[in-house]
Amino acid sequence: MGARENILARIRKAQGRAGAAPTEAEMAAVREAIARHEVGPQPPFAHAPDRLAQFAKECDRTGTTLATVASERDVPAEVARYLAANGLERSLAGWGAFAGLDWAGAGIAFHNRPAAADDRTGLTGCFCAIAETGTVLLLSSPAAPKVTALLPETHVCVVRKERLLDTMEDSFALLRREVGDPPRAVFYVSGPSRTADIEQTIVIGAHGPYRVHVILI
Amino acid sequence: MQIQSMFFKKRASEKLDDAILQGNMKRAKGKFVDGRAKAVAEFGVWEEVRTHAAKVRDRALANLDAYLVEFERNAVRRGAVVHWAEDAEEACAIIAGIAAKNGVRKVTKSKSMVSEEVNLNERLEAAGVQVVETDLGEYILQLAHEPPSHIVAPAVHKSKEQVAELFVRAHGKPRLTEIPAMTREAREALRDHFLTADMGISGSNFVIAETGTTLTVTNEGNADMVTTLPRIHVVITGIEKVIGTLEDFATLIRLLPRSAIGQSITNYLTLTTGVKMPGDTDGPEQMHIVLVDAGRTKLVGSDLQEMLRCIRCGACMNHCPVYQNVGGHAYGWVYPGPMGSILTPVYVGLENAGDLPNAATFCGECAVACPVKIPLPDLMRKLREQQFDRKLRPWSERMVIAAWGFTATRPALYALLSRIGARVARWMGGSEGLIHWLPGIDGWTKGRDMPAPSGRTFREMYRQKRSGASHGR
Ligand code: SF4
Repeated sequence: MGARENILARIRKAQGRAGAAPTEAEMAAVREAIARHEVGPQPPFAHAPDRLAQFAKECDRTGTTLATVASERDVPAEVARYLAANGLERSLAGWGAFAGLDWAGAGIAFHNRPAAADDRTGLTGCFCAIAETGTVLLLSSPAAPKVTALLPETHVCVVRKERLLDTMEDSFALLRREVGDPPRAVFYVSGPSRTADIEQTIVIGAHGPYRVHVILI
Repeated sequence: MQIQSMFFKKRASEKLDDAILQGNMKRAKGKFVDGRAKAVAEFGVWEEVRTHAAKVRDRALANLDAYLVEFERNAVRRGAVVHWAEDAEEACAIIAGIAAKNGVRKVTKSKSMVSEEVNLNERLEAAGVQVVETDLGEYILQLAHEPPSHIVAPAVHKSKEQVAELFVRAHGKPRLTEIPAMTREAREALRDHFLTADMGISGSNFVIAETGTTLTVTNEGNADMVTTLPRIHVVITGIEKVIGTLEDFATLIRLLPRSAIGQSITNYLTLTTGVKMPGDTDGPEQMHIVLVDAGRTKLVGSDLQEMLRCIRCGACMNHCPVYQNVGGHAYGWVYPGPMGSILTPVYVGLENAGDLPNAATFCGECAVACPVKIPLPDLMRKLREQQFDRKLRPWSERMVIAAWGFTATRPALYALLSRIGARVARWMGGSEGLIHWLPGIDGWTKGRDMPAPSGRTFREMYRQKRSGASHGR
């Protein structure tokens, strides 16, 4: 017998179930319990009356900066403003979804490709955002490479207001409805990368971005 | 990790005399304990979520085999290979085998306590594979050739001066004095490794049966590099980590970072499911998940099963007065503090870790702090009972306990002996009312005096009070 069989048999014996592996009935019961997708208690602020204010408050706490623009057309100008304000070079690697915007008009070199190690800024969209924790959620796909949010020192993320949800549970429900199975990577980003591993002192910019900037449309 | 838990007493007293360690521990204690208290206070429904969290963990643990099989089915459906390992040796052999088969020369690792349990790094290095720890704390310890002393903040016992010294030797650059500069230097040193590793190894805080998902929780983003960039991703985790649904994960993740460091969420949470999909430009081509037993099935179905609910947040050690004073290394194995005092004796044998269930003041803080309501002091007490039954405590101690048991079940004898004892103790206290030396426990009285009792027993006083009260009626 292999390790799998031994482990399963040991568990069953210890918990007083006969046989060497779970029965069909037991498996069905587990699947049924899973299919209920029971949601546990949630803190009061998870359903704040002003969702946007809750999102802004949490972004502030995690170190994400926030800007609001009227339409997608205004994104390049806001990116240009942000890069200039932070003294960053006017060049970025971005998701293809944004390639059609007028980047040249804003004086920015837009590279339509996954970010490489030496790109300074990465521009991504997101699947949705979560107000409870000030989080943006990215799903990996050919059009949405995860590295663009991870390798550059600055991550700019475009969020549509109608995609702002209350909780993580809401994001799972939306995922099931619109996508089905989770893709390879479901990536929850709440502020820039940080560490407190030396003397419990918080330092921003451990391995991922130093800056996360959300542009809300 | 080599087991040293049998030397707890000796190591603990060395640690108490280590001034640098004492300073480091004091600083950490405040940050962890205060941070958690603040996060819990503003949460509003802490107890409700704790209760639910314990329930969802118990639900999966009560049918652990079926949940594991369901997890396996879904992970395989998504292209992962699921391996099962009965012990440390098997786990290492599986992973070394994957490395050999794929010509792996360099591995980047994000923090995994299970890999510490099984000594994975040593094994891979022996096979000629370069292993790079990428969590900053683990990286520091790898340079220092030391094991972690905390499950969340592995290098909590190090001061920045000690880290600076290690970096000078490893990076060959001028000595740094500021923590941000040290972090930057480590970032640069590790970047290159992330981009050139053939294989990434991570742990998984939970595995989700519904979707066949594994996941990582970090602030640094190192786990994301490790699980995204190399062509092979290996997950090593314990069989007890399985939960049912994504919603169960949402509940647990509200508790984990708050309990660990007082944060409402970590900067990165990543659910990783299967291999990269057609057309994806990043993500691994192979995903292997190694489910490790290594002692866990000894807890299943036992009166210690609740311990398997543990989500490795570290709150119990942060709140433990013993841990706060001696630090993690004194415990002599991977898991320190109250949770370690239960896991270590079970995983490596009670005979090798006899002092751990006794390294407690039974103040109960750990059980109050534990986000999944594990009754840690009760479980330690059960291990003490096992020690007594298996005659693992010294003869003299067992005799004393047996004598106590004999007396305590005979009220008249008990009353007589306690009357004599109270009077003798009072006499020993002399005019200052302090006992400087007690036979049999002179180790205890060496460091402190014991206040002498008043000379009368509780029963005597109670009887007097009762008769006084009835006179007054
Ligand atoms: S026993 Fe409880 S408090 Fe301790 S690490 Fe585990 S979950 Fe956290």
